[in-house]
Amino acid sequence: MTTAPSPMFDTDELVINMGPQHPSTHGVLRLVLKLDGEKVKDVDVVMGYVHRGIEKLSENRDWTQIILLTDRMDYVAAATNNLGYCETVEKLMEIEVPRRARYIRTILAELQRIASHCLWLGTHAMDIGAMTVFLYAFRERELILDLFEEYCGARLTYNSMRVGGLPLDIPTGWDEKVRAFCDVMEAKVPEYEELLTNNRIWLERTRGIGVISAEDAIGLGLCGPPLRGSAVYRDVRKDEPYAAYDEFDFEVPLGTRGDTYDRYLIRLEEFRQSIRIIRQALDGLPEGPVMGKVPRLLKPKAGETYHAIESPKGELGYFIVSDGRATNPYRFRVRPPSFCNLQGLRPLVIGHLVADVVALIGTIDVVLGEVDR
Amino acid sequence: MAETIGFYTLSVLILGLAVLVVTAKNTVHSILFLVMNFLCVAVLYVVLQAEFLAVIQVLVYAGGIVVLYLIVVMLVNLKGEAEAHQDPRRLSVIGLALAGAVLLELAGILVYSSGSDAAVPSSEAVASPVQGNVEELGWLLYTDYLIPFEVASVLLLVAMIGAILLARREV
Amino acid sequence: MIDTIVIPLLKIAVLVNGVLVAVTFTVLMERKVIAWAQSRLGPMRVGPYGILQAIVDPIKLILKEDITPAKADKWMFTLAPILSLVPALVVFAVVPFGGDELFYVTDINVGLLFIIAVTSIGVYGIILAGWASNSKYPLLASLRASAQLISYEIAVTMTLVSVILTAGTLSMIGIVEAQQEAGFWFFFVQPVAFVLVLIGGLAETNRAPFDMPEAEQELTGGFHTEYSGMRFSMFFLAEYANMLVISAVVVVLFWGGWLRPFPNVAALSFLDFIPSWVWFFGKMFGFLYLFIWIRATLPRYRYDQLMRLGWKILIPIAIGNIVVTAVVKVLL
Repeated sequence: MTTAPSPMFDTDELVINMGPQHPSTHGVLRLVLKLDGEKVKDVDVVMGYVHRGIEKLSENRDWTQIILLTDRMDYVAAATNNLGYCETVEKLMEIEVPRRARYIRTILAELQRIASHCLWLGTHAMDIGAMTVFLYAFRERELILDLFEEYCGARLTYNSMRVGGLPLDIPTGWDEKVRAFCDVMEAKVPEYEELLTNNRIWLERTRGIGVISAEDAIGLGLCGPPLRGSAVYRDVRKDEPYAAYDEFDFEVPLGTRGDTYDRYLIRLEEFRQSIRIIRQALDGLPEGPVMGKVPRLLKPKAGETYHAIESPKGELGYFIVSDGRATNPYRFRVRPPSFCNLQGLRPLVIGHLVADVVALIGTIDVVLGEVDR
Repeated sequence: MAETIGFYTLSVLILGLAVLVVTAKNTVHSILFLVMNFLCVAVLYVVLQAEFLAVIQVLVYAGGIVVLYLIVVMLVNLKGEAEAHQDPRRLSVIGLALAGAVLLELAGILVYSSGSDAAVPSSEAVASPVQGNVEELGWLLYTDYLIPFEVASVLLLVAMIGAILLARREV
Repeated sequence: MIDTIVIPLLKIAVLVNGVLVAVTFTVLMERKVIAWAQSRLGPMRVGPYGILQAIVDPIKLILKEDITPAKADKWMFTLAPILSLVPALVVFAVVPFGGDELFYVTDINVGLLFIIAVTSIGVYGIILAGWASNSKYPLLASLRASAQLISYEIAVTMTLVSVILTAGTLSMIGIVEAQQEAGFWFFFVQPVAFVLVLIGGLAETNRAPFDMPEAEQELTGGFHTEYSGMRFSMFFLAEYANMLVISAVVVVLFWGGWLRPFPNVAALSFLDFIPSWVWFFGKMFGFLYLFIWIRATLPRYRYDQLMRLGWKILIPIAIGNIVVTAVVKVLL
């Protein structure tokens, strides 16, 4: 309902508090929306409701215990969090990771990417009202959780990697199950596309909504799919290969218009690319140990390092300082992709309608556990 | 007999609700009384065997126009309670004069129409070759009253265009 | 005395109860059908295949605590759900469920207009619920709802004019009889009108993909955010009762009401052993299924897109349809 801006009427702006308890702010994000009718004039993004002080806490944990804390940041993509942290410490300590371990890490990370994107697709579609996609996506995510459970016993917070490699080799027959899952997933992606990609309502709800130019996206420090949606070629897996990504052949999908629909297409394409990577990794899975030569007591020499990986949400970086004396980091800092992408929410939202706000929260794919840490 | 009882009960209801419309402090309550008033008038039409008018009364007045009133009231005054007028007696003289004029007019109509027997235009009703409430009304509107009907439509069209012009944001 | 008062009262009692029971089972049907669409099972615990869930659900809602927010307007807050439910039930008075006199309460010569008029009263329930809650989300939702209902009412009413032109009567029974005389269902002569009424009906009953007023992802439940318990369940009942109304109206107007397919084709007369009400309820069931299916499939429109669809697409098509129908009627 819009009112004419006539001096006869009192056109106060309506301030609405969206969240922290709101079904589609994906956790405890709070948006203070200033509305003119249903149009958003301004928004304050308030966060910090799940701040647990993981970074500070880590300075009092030893190097292995921190892995467990990283699980709790982006809790829907715990394996990539583990991977980023372990690789950072390995870089700091100059530890060589066995090739088999790097391959398995890649498989885990890509499975995690699919799981995270499934959750994103489901909730994003749900926000726009397509509730069947939500359950379809969760159905496939469930299969990945089963695979993880078989590998490390946990379904959400895996604690699945160690500095120097992996705690466990894969169980017998696990690789066949992953292969079977890839076949299933490949068949299911068209199913999502059938429900959404060419759906008129979906197109109207996402095309031209939340457009951000490449320049602005870089300026805001966006990363991951929101950045690639604006046609900026940036993928840590390609630019600074880690784990075993340099040995695989895959493409980085790019958008053209930088709108919600492009970001949606990119993530759907990433499903396919992830399947491609997993298949290559399974085909070329080398024999050998999964744990490198690591001292019993982890105690890196004094120094600092930064290492980033491409988590499902974007560039996940760890900055670690060691003073060389203690068995815990002197300083531990995370560059979480969700936090950086959340910076993009305000410019995206302003000028759109309330209904678009939920679509835009969905499209930048934030996990509040990672934003607040 | 039953009809007379019905008529007077309804009249009391209608008048009572009309008083409530004016006296209610809360604008939204007042509008709600107005809706009830219209519904009672619709029932009155049914008693007079004018079902079509009754339904149109509900559809247009209760279901359409008053809904718009309600939206406007909600948009303009979200705070609920209407603030009191500064001086309620300021305009009371004009109001009294207006009310007196309307009363005189009504009395005049009453006297005039009771004097002549042609209060009901029965000649047209007999002339119409169709049966039933709706059909008869349609017949009359498109034959005897065609010009007033068309003039009214043009008037509504003008009002609509005017409203659109006023409400447009950018010209 | 018996004919004018007792029998109608009995019919009304049966009808109201029947509708309410039908509504609870429609809710169950919706849960089941959507569950199957989403590769789930749906309710399975209460009774065989969860059938008794239809009874348990309302009991749960009635037994829940009924909260009135402290800042709410108490009278309006209580009145709103009643205003929402009553019109939805009243409309059934003129719906002919079968060919026999037993299957309808009354037949008035402005039946179709009566339905439009009474359903338009239902808007008040939604507006007042939003206003009386004294809360921002419900207010936004109720503004959306009222704008939506009024616009789509215009589209639907415009469309119905062409059906009335085809049938030559406003009586619900008259419309079905007109189809019997014509020998075909009006769907075959008014397919455009059918689609328009179906879309408009979805929008008027706040069903997906037009469920903006209660979009829980945006407005946290919309106009009934502050409602709980019995009063919430009245909104719920009203929504599903309206769904039944729309299905019934569409069946009467376009799908021959209680008539069998091709009522004048003698070759199909072996179908006559099926009672008329079975045809009616069968068709209604089909439309309910369609509504649920649509809800499981489509995303939600945005509010401004919905208004654009209503005003710039549906209403012009409806007016065009009236013109075409009138011209064809005059020429034939």
